[in-house]
Amino acid sequence: MISEQFPALIIVFPLIMALLINVVGWWKKGLCFYMALLAISASFISSLGILKTVINKGTIHYRLGNWEPPWGIEYVVDHLNAFILVIVSFISLVVTIYSKKSIEKEIPEKIPQFYTVFTLLMMGLLGITITGDAFNLYVLLEIASLASYGLIAMGDDKAPLASFNYLIMGTIGACFYLLGVGYLYIVTGSLNMADLSQLLPELYQSKAVIVAFAFFLVGVSIKMALFPLHVWLPDAYTHAPSTVSAFVASTMTKVGAYVMIRVMFTIFKPYFAIEIIPATTILGWVAVTAMMFGCILAIAQTDFKRMLSYILIAEVGYIVLGISVANRMGMTGAILHILNDAFMMACLFFIAGAIMYKIDTGDISQFRHLNRKMPFTMAAFTIAALSVIGIPPTCGFFSKWYLILGAIDAQQWVFAVALVLSSLLSAVVFFRVIENVYFEGSRGQGVKGSVFDEAPMSMLVPIYIMVAGIMLLGVFSGKIISTVIQFAVPTGF
Amino acid sequence: MGTIEFIIGKYNYWVYIILMMVGFYAMIAKHNLVKKLIGMNIFQWAIILYYVSIGSKKGGATIPIIQNGHGEVTHAIEAAQYLNPLPHVLMLTAIVVGVSTTGVALALIIMIYRRFHTLEEDEIIDILRAPNK
Repeated sequence: MISEQFPALIIVFPLIMALLINVVGWWKKGLCFYMALLAISASFISSLGILKTVINKGTIHYRLGNWEPPWGIEYVVDHLNAFILVIVSFISLVVTIYSKKSIEKEIPEKIPQFYTVFTLLMMGLLGITITGDAFNLYVLLEIASLASYGLIAMGDDKAPLASFNYLIMGTIGACFYLLGVGYLYIVTGSLNMADLSQLLPELYQSKAVIVAFAFFLVGVSIKMALFPLHVWLPDAYTHAPSTVSAFVASTMTKVGAYVMIRVMFTIFKPYFAIEIIPATTILGWVAVTAMMFGCILAIAQTDFKRMLSYILIAEVGYIVLGISVANRMGMTGAILHILNDAFMMACLFFIAGAIMYKIDTGDISQFRHLNRKMPFTMAAFTIAALSVIGIPPTCGFFSKWYLILGAIDAQQWVFAVALVLSSLLSAVVFFRVIENVYFEGSRGQGVKGSVFDEAPMSMLVPIYIMVAGIMLLGVFSGKIISTVIQFAVPTGF
Repeated sequence: MGTIEFIIGKYNYWVYIILMMVGFYAMIAKHNLVKKLIGMNIFQWAIILYYVSIGSKKGGATIPIIQNGHGEVTHAIEAAQYLNPLPHVLMLTAIVVGVSTTGVALALIIMIYRRFHTLEEDEIIDILRAPNK
């Protein structure tokens, strides 16, 4: 049965296709888009198949080459990874549809290269999510990171320098992760995550294990741009091509958050990070700082994409806050926020790309009367903004609701207050833009010739898929929690 | 155990930490992009050395092979008798990763040089901040 092979196909198919796209690109540029679309659709269908199997039959263990774990590499898919797999592959599918026009305008001479590296990036992210082997995760993490360095460097004039700084930071992060794996290997002699989680509890007092945990945490925090380690993110995401920012903003940080959950609660038992060392307490305060810092700096930005990047840093703070309160409600909120934030960020960066496509600038003061020129895009922006702020029918409200419940459950009143406060700050951030677009004023100039001139259909449709997602995920959030997320919350809560 | 024995007995860890810190310093403190890249390489190779050193043993340890596979009389069965090859194999992959990271970084450096005609980070920032750029 082919459905049994889905865990391998989801990785192998895009990997082979990435090579083929590069070869075919020499001969026929037009085919590249369709080949990438085919590879990514195949991955999306596989991920749906995997999610269905996991919901019906429970965790999947897939042995690559039929080597038994812990010697061979094993793919383990439980509710948590199956969920993230669907998110990542769905977002990449929509981003691919969106990319066609945007890439043709922004980097026309690099189309085959773009689709090759893009497919590799998606494959790397899916691989990180699906693998059950700590070292394999490192390799895939580096594949995904290398691909994203390449994609970001395709952007505007400042992009290569931003990408280089990201490369230096990202390599430090990956090397720290590798060191963590090394320390655990010294004390246990195993690389398999399930095996590690059984062998480790006896060694929890060992200094090597504690140091390994610290390396893991710092390494992953760099990759997901958690507050003090976020410095690479705003530059890299602002100067990247708009398709690339939409994809990396919506998926890479979320996959980083997934790795953090895996390391803290699968490789290590939850009580290690909560009781033996005060990791969750520290993370909680870091997350609160990230939320405040991200929102406040977002207010100060004049560039639209840069503003969104700072909002993204705040959103990472939300997810980490949910992880750090370490109870069922908080984790539910964190996992739900991974889903919601992927949709919101994709939608907002899509809109940034559409505006860039039409008026060639990301300067917020130039957005005046953009609602006359691009009414549909701006309507979508308003809905996405309301969702980030957390207004009830949209999905952003529900994850914030669970996060606040989690903070109250843990009796962390400061965290609950910080969540509300940072929502208010993000309201300030977005209403500043909305005011600039919709309402009359003396500052700034209007868009030249504010006649109706909407973004092309192939950009508008993905934007509206995301808007529909934002609304539907809000309406069906109860259903999503009861079918998937309640089983995805790590055991031990 | 005295301090001297502690340092000498675990000298491989000291070497890796010193190398790693040298690389780390170069990445943070140097303004030249190529020097940063060299620092990054030292950093990566320090970790590779560390992995290789944890797999090695002194005192006549041999390779792990199948019993009587080649008609030998003695075998390495106890963990103390054989070298663990796994860290070395892992490092083959890490070397590949390191080389490709260096490749990407060098490509980026070439792109940066073509645009700004300098590789000093502060000079590039000056160019970027110049008003009529």
